[in-house]
Amino acid sequence: MKDWIAFFAIFLKDIKTYYLKPPNISWGIIFPFAWAGMFFIRTGGNMMDVMSILPGVMSLSILFGTTSMLSVTITFEKKSRTFDRILLSPIPLGLIMFAKTSGAILFGIVNAFVPYLVGGFFIDLSQVHLSVVIASIVLISIASTFMGLFIATSVSEVFEAQTFSNFFRFPMIFLCGLFFPISKLPLFLRPLSYIMPLTYGVDILHGAINHSKTLPYAFDFAVLFLFCTILFYISLYNIKKRWVL
Amino acid sequence: MNILEVYDLTKLYGDFKAVKGISFAVRQGEIFGLLGPNGAGKTTTINMLTGLARPTRGKIVYLGTEYTHNIKKAQHLMGIVPDESNLYPELTGFENLCFCGALYGLRKRERSARAELLLEQFGLKDAKDKKFGEYSRGMKRRLTIAAGIIHDPPILFLDEPTTGIDVASARQIRSILKDMNKKGTTIFLTTHYIEEAERLCDRVAFIVEGKIIKIDYVEELIHPVKDRNILILTISGASDGIEETLSPILPDFKFKRLSNNEIRIESERPIRPGHIIRILEEEGIDVIEAKRMRATLEDVFVNITGIEAQEMKKEKEKKAKEG
Repeated sequence: MKDWIAFFAIFLKDIKTYYLKPPNISWGIIFPFAWAGMFFIRTGGNMMDVMSILPGVMSLSILFGTTSMLSVTITFEKKSRTFDRILLSPIPLGLIMFAKTSGAILFGIVNAFVPYLVGGFFIDLSQVHLSVVIASIVLISIASTFMGLFIATSVSEVFEAQTFSNFFRFPMIFLCGLFFPISKLPLFLRPLSYIMPLTYGVDILHGAINHSKTLPYAFDFAVLFLFCTILFYISLYNIKKRWVL
Repeated sequence: MNILEVYDLTKLYGDFKAVKGISFAVRQGEIFGLLGPNGAGKTTTINMLTGLARPTRGKIVYLGTEYTHNIKKAQHLMGIVPDESNLYPELTGFENLCFCGALYGLRKRERSARAELLLEQFGLKDAKDKKFGEYSRGMKRRLTIAAGIIHDPPILFLDEPTTGIDVASARQIRSILKDMNKKGTTIFLTTHYIEEAERLCDRVAFIVEGKIIKIDYVEELIHPVKDRNILILTISGASDGIEETLSPILPDFKFKRLSNNEIRIESERPIRPGHIIRILEEEGIDVIEAKRMRATLEDVFVNITGIEAQEMKKEKEKKAKEG
C-alpha cells in the first residue's frame, strides 16, 4: 500500500507540474492538428483520405508527445538532482520508473485521441474497431514512453535528450509505413522498419481503421509488448549502472 | 546499541580509490560527524550508506541487519539531506513536504499534519504557500532538512548542512539539529566546518584521501590539547622574520605564520601577551591585535591530518559560491 501511495504521488506530481502546464496542453491539441493538416494537404484535400491519414497522425502525436516530454523531464530532474530524491525513497526502482512514465503514457493516449475525435466530425468512424484502436494506442504510448525513458537514461544533458530523440524519431516517420507502405521501401531499408516499434503500432491502427494490414494482430501486439518490456528493462539497467554509481 | 555499522567499506571508480576500506559504527542517539577536506570521500561514503552509490567492497549494517546489496530495503530508516537542496522549485513548501511524505508511504492526513508541524518547527509557516524556487538559500536548506525528516526516520544523513548559507540560518539549522537529536534522532553529518562539528557532534571521524585516520569523542580528542595556550597576533606589516626574532627569546614557544600579517604562538606554559608585544615593539613591529584562544578540534584536526583547516574551509566556500 505504501508503495502505491508513493506511486500516485509521483504520477500526480508529474501530471500537475509537467503535463497540465498550458504549453503542453496546447502542444497536445496543436501538434495533432499540424500533422493532420500536413497529411491532408499531401492527399489533395480529399475528405475520404482522412481515414488513411488517421493512423499516421495518431501514431506521430503519441511518438512526439511522449518521447519529447519524458526524455526532457527526466534528464532535467536528474540534472537538478530532484530525481535523486525519488531514487532515495524506499520504493522499488521498477515502480518508481513506472510512476514516472505513467504521466507520459496518459499524455500520449490523450494526444492520440485528439485527431480521432476531430476526425469523427468529418467522417463516419463506425467501421473502426474501437477496442483494437484503444488497445493499440495504449501499447504505442507505452512503447514510445519507454523509448523516451531509454533516451533519458542514456544521456546526461537536456539538449542531448532532444538530439537523441530525433535520431530515433525521424527515421521512424519515414520507415514505419506512415508515408510509404513498407513493401515499397528499398529492400535494404526494410529490416530497419521491422526493428522499429511504431511499425507494428501503425500496422494495427491501419488494420483497425482502414482494414488494411500486413501482419496478424496477435503478432503486432506481441512484438509491441516485447519492445515495451525490452526498453523498460534496458532503462532500469541504465539507471542502476549510470545513476547508482 | 549501534544504529549503523560499516566494515571495510571501499569504493573504486575505475583505478581511483575514492574510499579505502573504512570501518566505523554510529551509536543510536548520537551526532556523528565525518570531517575531511574536499575529495576525501565524505560524499561517496554518504552515497554508499544511503543507496546512491554501490560499494565495491565492504559491509553496511543497519540495526543489526546487513543491507549492503539491498540498501533500498533500509531506506525507510533514513532521512537524507544532500549537500544541495533538491526539492521541486515549482511546488510550494507545503506541497514539497507532502510529496516527500508520500514517497515514504504516509497517508494524506498524516503527511499534511506532519508538514504543518515541520513548517512551524522550522520557522517556515509564513512561506508555506510560497514556491520553493522563491525561497532564500537558508530557507531552502531548512525545508530540505524538514523534507528529510518528514517520515520521522531513526537516522538522518546530512551532507554539508550549512555550506553556502548565511550565519543566522546556519545557527538556526544547528539549533534544529540539536533539538532533533534530543528527541531521539541519530544524526550522521559531513562537514568541513570543524568548529561546527565541535559544537554539534558527540563523536567525529577524520577522513583523508578515503581513509579514516582518527575516530573518537570530541571531548576525548580535545582533552590532550585542552591545556595548551594559544595566542594569535595580528601585526601591521609583514610577519617575515618574527619567528627568528622570538624563538631565541622564548624557546619553549611554538610559532607558526598563519598569513602575511598573522602569527600563531602556542605553548604548554601560560603566554603573557604584554611581554611578547613589548619584545616585538622593541624590534619595531607594531601589534594591531592579540587574541588569546583555547585549543579546539581544529587544532587536533591540523595536528592529526596535517591539513590546514582554514584552507579546507576556503576551498569549500569557493566551491559553494561557484555552485
